[in-house]
Amino acid sequence: MREVAVVGVGHAKFGRRTDTTLGELAWEAVKEALEDARLDQRDIQYFVVGNAGGWSAESLPAVVVGEYCGLSPKGTMRVEAACATGSAALYNAYLAVASGMADIAMAIGVEKMYESPTPTVVEFIGRAGNYFWEFENFGLTFPGYYALYMTAYMNRFGATEEDFCKVAVKNHHYGSINPKAQFYGTKITIDQCLKSRYVAWPIKLYDASPITDGAAAAILVSEDLARKITDTPVWIRSVGVATGTANLSKRPDFIGLDAAYQAAEQAFKRIGIEHKDTWKYFDVADVHDCFTIAEVMAYEDLGFVERGMGIQLIRNGQTYKGGLIPVNLDGGLKAKGHPIGATGTSMAVEMTKQLRQSVEPRDRQADIYTGWALSHNVGGTGHYAYITIYSLDKDGSPKVKPRR
Amino acid sequence: MVMSLEARYEEFWRQSIKQLNEVVKATGLPIAPDEKGQYSLWYDVREMRLRFSISVERIKRFFEGLREGKVYTTRCKRCGRYYFPPQADCPYCKASDMDWVEVSGEGELLTYTIINTKPLTYSHYPDYVVAIARMREGFNVLAWLRVDDSRKVRVGMKVKLQVVKREPEGYLTYEFIPAEQ
Ligand SMILES: [Zn+2]
Repeated sequence: MREVAVVGVGHAKFGRRTDTTLGELAWEAVKEALEDARLDQRDIQYFVVGNAGGWSAESLPAVVVGEYCGLSPKGTMRVEAACATGSAALYNAYLAVASGMADIAMAIGVEKMYESPTPTVVEFIGRAGNYFWEFENFGLTFPGYYALYMTAYMNRFGATEEDFCKVAVKNHHYGSINPKAQFYGTKITIDQCLKSRYVAWPIKLYDASPITDGAAAAILVSEDLARKITDTPVWIRSVGVATGTANLSKRPDFIGLDAAYQAAEQAFKRIGIEHKDTWKYFDVADVHDCFTIAEVMAYEDLGFVERGMGIQLIRNGQTYKGGLIPVNLDGGLKAKGHPIGATGTSMAVEMTKQLRQSVEPRDRQADIYTGWALSHNVGGTGHYAYITIYSLDKDGSPKVKPRR
Repeated sequence: MVMSLEARYEEFWRQSIKQLNEVVKATGLPIAPDEKGQYSLWYDVREMRLRFSISVERIKRFFEGLREGKVYTTRCKRCGRYYFPPQADCPYCKASDMDWVEVSGEGELLTYTIINTKPLTYSHYPDYVVAIARMREGFNVLAWLRVDDSRKVRVGMKVKLQVVKREPEGYLTYEFIPAEQ
């Protein structure tokens, strides 16, 4: 296996992008990534497209994107891992480069959810569990699946709806200063969140990420090319991948996502750190906050803190910039938006920019001490999980950051 | 009875098709502004309806059970594992020798939610409680919990699984009721 670096990233504006087709939206991200790496389409030997689809018109999105972006006739495939589709695309491109099958590969995540009416989208997402046993007869919705976790978590650890609203307020705070975010310019208050209507009790509208169109892209290259292309390669040091059960009823408890825990375990093992107090190794993280409860469970599944203590991190503001471990300084899925297939690649873009210290405005640039970052991307309700670890170091394990 | 849902569903699409036809008639193209009146959209003139047909051949006994008013699970004859939802094969033993066992029906609530914003195909039901309970046998079941007041639902409460007719469609399924009122 060869080491693999990210040398170019691009990110489309997230939101209701009814001004673009699938190809045009992907191009916004692809063009920016090519410019960032100062590469041309002919340099890309292989590209992979993450697109969950169903709600959008194109049935063969990878080829449509390849044609529009001038990447044809290079080989491609479309990958799907529900809401972790973008990370699956990144992983696929990573494998292509690590294995030696390609020296330069591109991962593109793109999703157009506004091509269908909202009721159709709600129906599609509700079916993203186990269709026959959980949707056909019991009509679960996506917030409903996570609400089952939120109820159990609140009951076990005494967390309140107000605690979870603090996640929404934090992520809107950062989303409001991220020009690429769906809710750019929109801050919210605890009160607004608490007063928003229930969509699946105890989950309220403001606990939930929106329906989003978006695209993001990353160019991955082999170790011998990385330094020729850029002075600041960001190395993909580890990827952990795991699955949970399709049937929620087959899970033993509802206070954490086992798939995310397992994926983290793998990812940490490969870089030689213990799955415990992991906040101290990373300067910044992007976690999968499709709902506020998901962010809190992520803190624990990732081992930032122990089970049940995640809620203390948000209560004490420790996941803001300057805290123990800054999380979702791009606004997260909650405020940046959650274009299913693009979310994971968007996380890769953000982690790369954070480590390069090139985030604008500086208010959402994390302080970089160890040069390590992490993204946590969950598909479905813990059906899939991808943990990707990024570093400025090509070798070795992360050091411990100074306690502030 | 099934008509009530179909009528709603048809109405939703009839409205948008009607609007589309008017736009085409007036402008010669199916192009109109998006919901926010901001950008031009081509509104698809081709419709695709999705309704799947899913095999239940190997777990027919489960559905026969519902007709008898019983909820069945399968249990592997070799390793004793329960499977709910029932399945025809035990991947761990690589075997397909399964016993059909009636579920005790006694469970304890692990968690629940109330679906307030419903999928279109569920829009004809009042808000419903979806719960997961651990059954006496050790496996979990996910189903609706039938209660008159959802504020009385508590994690840890005892529930009973029963076969019911889902109205207005009139087909057999299963749901929980509180064990003690
Ligand atoms: Zn067995």
